[in-house]
Formats: sequence, structure tokens, C-alpha cells
Amino acid sequence: MEPTDVIDATESESEPVADADDLVEEELLVEEISIDGMCGVY
Amino acid sequence: MLSFDADQPYRLHDRVALRPEPFGALAYHYDNRRLNFLRAPELVALVESLGSHDSVRHAYDASGIDARRWPSFEKALASLAASDFLVAT
Amino acid sequence: MTALDIPIVAKPDDLVLSAVKQSGLGDQMKRGLDAPICLTWELTYACNLQCVHCLSSSGRRDPHELSTAEAEAVIDELERMQVFYINIGGGEPTIRPDFWHLVEYAVDHGVGVKFSTNGSQIDAAVAQKLAGMDYVDVQISIDGADAATNDHVRGRGSFDTAVAAMGHLRDAGFGEFKISVVMTRHNISQVDEFKAMADHYGAQLRLTRFRPSGRGADSWAELHPTDSQQKDLYHWLLAHPDVLTGDSFFHLSALGAPLPGLNLCGAGRVVCLIDPLGDVYACPFVLHDEFRAGTVRDPGGFQAVWQTSELFAELREPQSAGACASCGHYDACQGGCMAAKFFTGIPLDGPDPECVLGHGETLVEAADAATRPDVGTDHSRTKVTLGSKPR
Repeated sequence: MEPTDVIDATESESEPVADADDLVEEELLVEEISIDGMCGVY
Repeated sequence: MLSFDADQPYRLHDRVALRPEPFGALAYHYDNRRLNFLRAPELVALVESLGSHDSVRHAYDASGIDARRWPSFEKALASLAASDFLVAT
Repeated sequence: MTALDIPIVAKPDDLVLSAVKQSGLGDQMKRGLDAPICLTWELTYACNLQCVHCLSSSGRRDPHELSTAEAEAVIDELERMQVFYINIGGGEPTIRPDFWHLVEYAVDHGVGVKFSTNGSQIDAAVAQKLAGMDYVDVQISIDGADAATNDHVRGRGSFDTAVAAMGHLRDAGFGEFKISVVMTRHNISQVDEFKAMADHYGAQLRLTRFRPSGRGADSWAELHPTDSQQKDLYHWLLAHPDVLTGDSFFHLSALGAPLPGLNLCGAGRVVCLIDPLGDVYACPFVLHDEFRAGTVRDPGGFQAVWQTSELFAELREPQSAGACASCGHYDACQGGCMAAKFFTGIPLDGPDPECVLGHGETLVEAADAATRPDVGTDHSRTKVTLGSKPR
């Protein structure tokens, strides 16, 4: 499954609950990588 | 720098190429040479739909994505706007 | 499958950057993509220089190089596959008679071009032309901050040629071109001067790793940086995050905080190379049969090779740590560079020859002519040897 990240405790909507479905987890949906940061190019 | 406003309409910058991949999409900006990974297919669909809605929020409501995921999606869209991949229309 | 700590390039206004413990992005990259992100394309083996360490052993044009029509067909494919841009090199690509035509053809078909050159064809007029072109980037190769150091590996006059080209680009208002340096024992102490040179010409500095590929095999033992120099370079790179490396020093990430970049081998996964004959290799540093995935001249062209070649399928399988499994740093360094291991004749599932913990040293010493592979086809015009140290 999609790896998910540390729960962001500053999010006002999230509350620690026992049921995993109700947890608001922060997802990293956009990542930037330098196009010059891949090996195999000269 | 303008901050991202989800109540405004946005669209993909026309110098950005969006290429679907198994995990979502790769987005490359031909002007600033930046490269972004969009890591969910639903984010890709959302980005592609932005141009046909009056605001980002409307686009999100129409997308069918779980409302509880909105904060993550808003952050993702804001990040794309910050690197000029999305522009306010 | 191991989860990796993927370094995220931190931007001050990146709202998504957060305390990410683990990301599957590296794993996704390793499993391969529908099209390469970057593609290196050597247009010709012809070259007016004879650099000692040339990774493609260039010099003489090969009689079977792709025709203009064949090259256009490849570009058409890349357009269909939505490859964002290509890195054109050689040999010296600008001496191919159809070079400008192919660059314009690529750009007209939505494929950006970055070409790597020794600068010999970039006079004031060419610089003006380049300044007027969109989607085209230029990278000038230089291997010394002064003529003595540079010309020792690239030949007499090559420093002056490169610097003249840089001046023309700056004067024409080209904007930010790249200066690319291969790090050797003799130039690694000049990093600050290289940075100053780049700043002077309004260029971006790129430092890359010297691999024992092509003609580089003969001089690698003598020219590759020492352990102490590698450490110094690592710290210098951390202190200069605006200096590019092409992710070529990810083996140094075992020294501490990871360097910016994907920090993994992109060969056959996110990058590959097309050579002047249309042969497809996993990366520019392994122009050898062992890493040849196919040819664009076969039915199905480049796309079929990228998506279905056995070699690439193997490279996209999870790689075993092999002899590195017991080392706590494998996650950071990934066992280093496949090309460096291959051409020094040491096992691919083991430490890099320049492993920062020294695990590669004895293997390299033990490897002799019998275990080292041939360098692949030699297109050199003359026998090229390294002379005595510069100055």
C-alpha cells in the first residue's frame, strides 16, 4: 500500500482515535526532484 | 509571491508536460526545467480537471476524492503552484 | 524490498516538505517507468579531441552510424513516448553535419535538447543562434581550472577552446549554460576555482564522477581521486547545494547526510543511452555488450527496447545487496556504481571500487587483466596515453 507519513499533529481536524479509518494522515503527493539529479547522464 | 487560494480557479501552466506513469504522473516544466512527481492518479485527474471548474475547491468536490484527504491535496496543489506548474486563471 | 530514506530537495517555499520518514519513490524509480526521464544520445563517435579518459573511446566516425532519417525516426518515437528532453553527446556532436537539423527537429517535436560539447564549434555567431533558441541547453566540458591541468587530459589548446566558447555564450546573452567537469586526482583541489569560473560566465557548475569506462580504463588507477580527496569533495558538495552532480556521487552518501538527488543508479530504470549506431545501453558508462539492451533498428524501435528488453527487466528487479548486505551503509550508497565495478573487474553484487569504507580496495587490487573486461569497441583515432602530471 501507499506509504504514509507521520501524522501531522498541527492539523486542527485530526484527533487521535483508535479506529485507523478516522485518522487524518498526511500524504506526500507531490515530490520535486532535480532533473539533473539522476545518475546515468553525462 | 502570491499564496495559493483554493477558492480561485487554477490551471496547468501551458509549458508543463504531464506524463502518466504507473504511480501517477511525471510533470516537467519546460521553462524553469523543474520536475515533479505526482504520486497519486487521483491527483493527476484532479490537476487535469482544474481548468474546467470555477475554483480548486469546486474541482475537488467534483472529483469524488475523500474529503478528509483535502489537506494533503491542498498542500500538493499549493506546492505545484509555488513552482509555477499551476497558474491562477 | 527495502524502504529508502529518500532525500527531498528542500526548497524554502515547498509547502509539501515535511518530516518524511520513508518514501517509496526510490522503489518506484527502480522498478522502471513507461519512458526514461532522461535519455543520453551519442550522435557520433567522431571527435576532434582525444581526451585520455573518454568514456566512449571516441575519435573516428563509425561507418554505420544512424542516418538523418533514422535519427528523425527515433525523435518521432521519443515524442510519442513523451520523453521530456534528451542529452546529446558523442564524440563531439556538433561536428555531425546534420547536428543543427536534428536539434531543431527535436525541439519542433516537443523534445527538449541539452547537448554536451568541447566548445570547438561555438563561435560568436553560433552563440547568438543558441541564445535565440528555446528548449536548448548547452553544457561545456572542461577538466581543469587552468590550461595545464585541463590539457593534460583533453589535449593542447582544448582549455582555450572551451573558455572561448563560454565567453561567446555569455556575450550572446545565452543565459545559464552548464560547465561540466570530471573529477580527477589533479583537478579536485580546484573546485573553488571551477565555481568561480562558472560564476564568472553566468553558468551552472556540474561536477561528475570519473568512471573507468572507455579509454578511462587505462588511466583510472592513476587519475581517480584518493579516499581523502573523495571525503573533501563530499563535504564541499554538501556546502554547495547549487552545484550539480548528475547524481554521480551517490556512493559518497555513505559518508553521512545524503547528497541531493535520487541517490541511486538510474541505468535502465530512469535513464539509458542510444549510441551512434542505434544500440541501446543501460547508461553512457557501460558501452559494452554486457549492458547492451537492444537496437533501435529492430522492429518496435526504441520503445520496444525500453519497455521489453531482458537486460532492463533484470535491472528493474530488486537488486540484492550481495557482499554489502552486512554493511550498515548499503541503504545510503546502494553498493555504488555498476559501471565502476564492471570495468575494474570486481563483482557487481559487492562494494564500489571507491567504497568510502574501503571495502572495494582489496577487490580492485586483486582484479587483474584477466578479470577486467575489454573496453568495448574502440573508436579512437590514435593511441592515447596520459603524459606526466600537469605542471
